[in-house]
Amino acid sequence: MYKYDQIDQQIVTQRVAQYRDQTQRFLAGTLADEDFRALRLRNGLYIQRFAPMLRVSIPYGLLSSAQVRMFARIAREYDKGFGHFTTRQNIQYNWPELAKVPDILELLASVEMHAIQTSGNCIRNVTSDPLSGVARDEIEDPRPWCELVRQWATVHPEFNFLPRKFKIAITGSTADRAAVRVHDIGLIIKHNAAGEMGFEVLVGGGLGRAPSIGQTIYDFVTPHDLLGCLEAILRVYNLEGRRDNIHKARIKFVVKANGVEKFREMVDAEWAASKSYAPVLSDAEIARVKSYFAPPAYEKLPDSDVVTGKGNDFRRWYQQNTRPHKVPGYRAVVVSLKSIKRPPGDITDAQLDAVADITQRYSFNEIRATHDQNLVLADVRQQDLYTVWQELTRIDLATPNVGTLTDMIACPGLDLCSLANARTYTVVDLINERFDDLDYLYDLGEIQLKMSGCMNACGHHHVGHIGILGVDKSGEEWYQVTIGGSPNGKDADLGSVIGRSFKQEEIPDVLERLFRVYLELRQEDERFVDTVRRTGIAPFKAGAYAQANQAA
Amino acid sequence: MRKLIKQREIVENTWRHVEEDPNASAIIVPLAQWLTEREALLASGKQIGVKLMPADKVEALKDDAAKLPLIALHFGGLGEGRGYSQAHILRRRYGFTGELRAVGKVQRDQLFVMARCGIDAYELPEGADLNVALTAFDDYTVAYQPGIDTVALHLRRRAG
Repeated sequence: MYKYDQIDQQIVTQRVAQYRDQTQRFLAGTLADEDFRALRLRNGLYIQRFAPMLRVSIPYGLLSSAQVRMFARIAREYDKGFGHFTTRQNIQYNWPELAKVPDILELLASVEMHAIQTSGNCIRNVTSDPLSGVARDEIEDPRPWCELVRQWATVHPEFNFLPRKFKIAITGSTADRAAVRVHDIGLIIKHNAAGEMGFEVLVGGGLGRAPSIGQTIYDFVTPHDLLGCLEAILRVYNLEGRRDNIHKARIKFVVKANGVEKFREMVDAEWAASKSYAPVLSDAEIARVKSYFAPPAYEKLPDSDVVTGKGNDFRRWYQQNTRPHKVPGYRAVVVSLKSIKRPPGDITDAQLDAVADITQRYSFNEIRATHDQNLVLADVRQQDLYTVWQELTRIDLATPNVGTLTDMIACPGLDLCSLANARTYTVVDLINERFDDLDYLYDLGEIQLKMSGCMNACGHHHVGHIGILGVDKSGEEWYQVTIGGSPNGKDADLGSVIGRSFKQEEIPDVLERLFRVYLELRQEDERFVDTVRRTGIAPFKAGAYAQANQAA
Repeated sequence: MRKLIKQREIVENTWRHVEEDPNASAIIVPLAQWLTEREALLASGKQIGVKLMPADKVEALKDDAAKLPLIALHFGGLGEGRGYSQAHILRRRYGFTGELRAVGKVQRDQLFVMARCGIDAYELPEGADLNVALTAFDDYTVAYQPGIDTVALHLRRRAG
């Protein structure tokens, strides 16, 4: 993975000093609350319902075991013993003390980490495919490009105070495990007819209010021109984005207001005008960054059958929680953070320490955070899988539910967040209680259930195969259900609302009724979402409300 | 008389905003006034600077920028970021070499990035400690991006 040089290290170290000074001025009363707000947000610090929340950046989700150990230490010493992995491949601490945040940031800087631009109206953490570098369907490893974009975006003098937050994702595979179509800018690595590598550039995707799917504005941008292209888009957005209405301030509204053709012309004009001085990535700099992502020292191993003769529990885990690897003899392991004992994405300090050990021993010292709130050990020898499974089982990180209904995404909701309308974790519990039969879950197949406590959509409910959105109706918590959404690849689309909202306790029944319809209509191996798209939502709507209408 | 920071130094402010003192010998006028009274202003014998509000189109100064001695950019607080792109375009594209001054709600914490966008003078609010503000230019000694550093910043960048 990328290693800081002196420049990288100094930037984060000086950022900590700058923020320490800002915190001290705020505490001394010489920096007003509203002036401090924009500064603390750019350093990852929110003020939540009960305490501040610190969001730490994990660039494109990639972590070393030393960094995971530091997460454990921070959880132990500055929080209540746990952290929460987010849909932006970051980690959040929910109980730090404002005055101690500079100390936390200093600890992070000591392991080449930071919380820069994890919040606020600026360019956020660049996200990517958790299987980067190991997936069989990959065209090229997106991580060097993520790192180059990360550096370009960090403390960018011109784009630090945008109309609204700005999210960039990069994928190196057409399967798109990075959900690039629901980002402000999505980059898809591709080859042109001459076999040269470049980027398809999509703009204007995003969730939250008025969710939308990104549209292609450039079919092929060369690596040298990548940053110049991004600068042109950002400059158009910085000048033209709305600042009078926070709900209409994302770049998607600029794209919509002008139409994608006109928007492309605006970017074209800006790009042409800045061509003589726009940043150009040199071959040397590209090669320098790429060198950090060279493949690890894989052993020459044959693919082997590791399940024969093993018990059912292991086989189920192997089936659900491991993924093929491009190198023979290896597999990628998804570490499930979806145990029924904890909210999705939550992890304790002891688990973090144990994960760091496993990472060090079995996966070349590297682990990835995924946007669906799990972790991935990307490079495990097949012969080690059984041991890794045993060790993960011991710390309750081997729930064999990856890709199933209970591998849910959920934001923290009203339990912690000051924006939320409704709780999410209680709904997660209700679903886990009802759907505890693994064979039934496996029969249902791949289902991405995504839940948000409010329309800001941190839980990405719009693009869930099933989305659940917490809404407030005269002070009561209600839940709106959408079906048919998807975050990935050409499949990406927004779900449709099936009808009136439900009370919390109705949700498990509603899901059960939706699944009954699905199992009835399913053709062969069709996934839930594919059936919904084939039949439309009508039969599902009828099924979901049948019981309710009868009762009424 | 209020002082300001210019080129990393605390100096006398020799300019007045037209709303403060229309009779001063060096005045800063709003863009709208410049566009409507351009000839009269130029004939007045005064030094004339032009102020852009965040929503003003910087293109309006495309042809005048190279000749103006001062352009002021108004910032409405930390959240207002259009001025950074306006500065970029004035310096990089329109060849503006005069004084580029940040006015309005300007605070210490913005000075470093403003300097990197080519802004070289800063009117801080009444009561701000300018000596403390001067330290902002040393917040960082390294940067990833090329800048338009008309203020002498002691920055190192990576080759390439």
